[in-house]
Amino acid sequence: MPTTIEMPKLSDTMTEGTLLRWVKKVGDVVVVGDVLAEVETDKATMEMEAFDEGTLSEVYVDEGQTVQVGQKLALLVGDGEAKPTAPTSKQPAEQKTSQPEKKTAQTKQTEPTPAAQSQKPAPAPQAEQPSESGTRVKASPLARKVAADLGVQLEKLPGSGPGGRIVRDDVLSAHENRSTVASQAPKPVAPTVAPAPVSSQDTQISLSGMRRTIAARLLEAKTTIPHFYLQSEVNAEPLVELRQQLNAANEAAGLPKFTVNDFILKATAVAASRVPKANASFSGDTIVQYGSVHLACAVAIDDGLVTPVIRDAQSKTLTQISAEIKDLATKARSKKLKPEQYQGGTLTVSNLGSYGVDQFFAIINPPQSLIVSVGAILKKPVINAAGAIVPGQRIVLALSCDHRVVDGAIGAEFLAELKRLIETPALMLV
Amino acid sequence: MKYDLVVVGGGPAGYVGAIRAAQLGKRVACVEKERAGGTCLNWGCIPTKSLLRNAELYHLLRHRASDLGFRFDNLGFDWSKIIARSRTVSDKLASGVEFLFKKHKIDYIKATASIPEPGRIACKGTDGKEQILEADSILVATGATSRPMPGLPINGKTVIDSHYAMIIDPQPKRLLIIGAGAIGVEFAYFFNAFGTEVTLIEMLPNVLPVEDTEIGVALERALTKQGIKIFTNSKVTETVTTKEGVRLTVEGKQKQILEADCALVAIGVSPLVPTGLSLKLDPKGFIQIDDRYQTNVPGVYAAGDIIGPPWLAHVAMWEAIQAVNGIFSEATPKRLKTFPGCTYCQPQIASVGLTERAAKEKGLKFKVGKFPFLANGKALAAGEPEGFVKLMFAEPYGEIIGAHIIGAEATELIAELGLAINLEATHDELEATIHAHPTLSEAVHEAVGNAYGLAIHI
Repeated sequence: MPTTIEMPKLSDTMTEGTLLRWVKKVGDVVVVGDVLAEVETDKATMEMEAFDEGTLSEVYVDEGQTVQVGQKLALLVGDGEAKPTAPTSKQPAEQKTSQPEKKTAQTKQTEPTPAAQSQKPAPAPQAEQPSESGTRVKASPLARKVAADLGVQLEKLPGSGPGGRIVRDDVLSAHENRSTVASQAPKPVAPTVAPAPVSSQDTQISLSGMRRTIAARLLEAKTTIPHFYLQSEVNAEPLVELRQQLNAANEAAGLPKFTVNDFILKATAVAASRVPKANASFSGDTIVQYGSVHLACAVAIDDGLVTPVIRDAQSKTLTQISAEIKDLATKARSKKLKPEQYQGGTLTVSNLGSYGVDQFFAIINPPQSLIVSVGAILKKPVINAAGAIVPGQRIVLALSCDHRVVDGAIGAEFLAELKRLIETPALMLV
Repeated sequence: MKYDLVVVGGGPAGYVGAIRAAQLGKRVACVEKERAGGTCLNWGCIPTKSLLRNAELYHLLRHRASDLGFRFDNLGFDWSKIIARSRTVSDKLASGVEFLFKKHKIDYIKATASIPEPGRIACKGTDGKEQILEADSILVATGATSRPMPGLPINGKTVIDSHYAMIIDPQPKRLLIIGAGAIGVEFAYFFNAFGTEVTLIEMLPNVLPVEDTEIGVALERALTKQGIKIFTNSKVTETVTTKEGVRLTVEGKQKQILEADCALVAIGVSPLVPTGLSLKLDPKGFIQIDDRYQTNVPGVYAAGDIIGPPWLAHVAMWEAIQAVNGIFSEATPKRLKTFPGCTYCQPQIASVGLTERAAKEKGLKFKVGKFPFLANGKALAAGEPEGFVKLMFAEPYGEIIGAHIIGAEATELIAELGLAINLEATHDELEATIHAHPTLSEAVHEAVGNAYGLAIHI
């Protein structure tokens, strides 16, 4: 019996994946556990393994093509089993007919339409253009042209014309207000204002899976989560001193050094375990207060960012946290993170100190309720306990909180605890 | 007994609104003070089309019979019969509307209505009988009447409006028409065709000022060729009514005094607001409505000529349907966007969408495609080579935004383009549609091609 291989759901937010490379070619023999292909999801590049054995008889998706989760990718046939081509077998026939449609749809979606192209008389679009799900989309010819130009997907739009027909205004309002569409489906998000006309000097960059996710998730976060912000300037001198001592010792022992961020992560994990109300999520009818701190940390990578997660961070030592985040960051940069390594975070730290940023407020990473924004350690004059102006080392810690879960007082309590730990770093070691 | 809806007025907005409400299963009454069908059926669209058909035939035979191979020794006409035919057509259609009321079980009440308070309609019958109707909703569709001209009151003999123009007997020898809108132009064509000496006076720069300028210019040329004197950019500054007729002082390029046995005032319409409730009106006296066709008084709605321009029967019918749908459902009724406009002189004029002027004022970028009927096989075969089709397509997507036709059967050709605009068709769909050969509609197809350098026959 031939086996159809479909695009697997490799992460909880994944709705589509890009087939980067076929590792196995048509005719190759495949055994269970063989890597069939490399797939790029919204989060990482992953290897797709075979769960069946047989011979790879057909592939339906070209390298570089982006397809929905569940779409057929390839066909595996058993030993001596002929590739079923006769029309008596329904399955491959279906695949064959659906394939060219799919390709059209995909090409349309990923190819940016040069502005100049629309000036020329284009061939009339098909009156009945099947949607991705195969149902007919009722849309006016003008709506189709505008949608193709603006990259709006007609399948998801409500139509205001007779019988729910999609008309130009529906496309334009969807384009102007993608947030609604984005909340319905984790799809690409366009700027709320139409971009300036594209000239020959400009470059149009197709959205990667990651960019689409960032766009959709953060737009949703910023527009649907009631953010509020707290910040506090913290004396970083004790932390700097402790780091110097520990790093001197580590250097002597040939061990890796600690970064400032390692201490921040450790302090955040400890603070979150001591103020559990801040380590929580809004979940519709309830608030989920997490029993463990799974600490996410924003890592910038080539075409975006990911937030790998240190699990049970509250019970890990500084050395463990330091080693783990180094490993995760390396994996993130080479897109080798596994889903369990970037999913399930309960709060996030975003540190732009190494870029020299004084202070900022990050956007909450849903479904979390809190993100800690960390600035650079700056030397500046401070007034000490004796009332004298002395040179000091200061760092600004800022919180973005989801007010549905974290009220001002809870946020303040969390921030105070974080401040206490940074200013008295010995406390986080006990 | 309480009605779901009482419609005040039995014209195109009124009778159509009443029928739609009945179709929705509602208890409906329609109050009309004169005769079902309103101005359109009785004193407007329909009887004038009857008169114009006569005019067109007579004009054709008189001027072009020999071209067409006909010979008449003694071509004549019977003015009274021409008028009588027009009245017969009206009678027939008006009784048709009464039949439709019966069919839909609508109570048809011949009375003058006023609305003393929301939900109550006071009717005073032609026989003097009074009654109060109660209704959950009221649709005001009282329409409009000819706008009088200061200093030139209608007397039905030497000063007439469109109503009298339809039944004037004997035929005037000399006629001055004030206003070159659709009504003025149609009567100018009609009377001129039967040999009345017609002068058409228009304040604005072109005849049919609402139409595309190119169309107005072409029509002015055609009507002048037929023998109508036209003064555009001209104002009537003095009016004298004498026993024999009228004397008008007209100021345009120069000041002149025009005399005739009759003047037709066709300068627009005035609203006919029902008495009773004080409904909120716009500065010109038409009833103001909200998005649901509701007046400032809850439960009282209005549609048709009474809510302002364009004063067109087909618009009134559409508005009434929208209003009634809105009254009896949650759906938001649609407001007027695109509508065709037709003038039934020869050559005919029809348009839908934006004029070139309006598109430029809006700052739109667009392409224009034109095609003359002179290059259309059917037009030549029918002996109607006059006129052209002009289409406008917005850039960059090529959706059709305006269509203007002057020529034979223009008013029948425009429907395709109204549909095209309503369906948001672009030039591609029009281009890809096969138009039957030989038909006048091929000129539409070729005008599409012309906009994109693809016309075959020019």
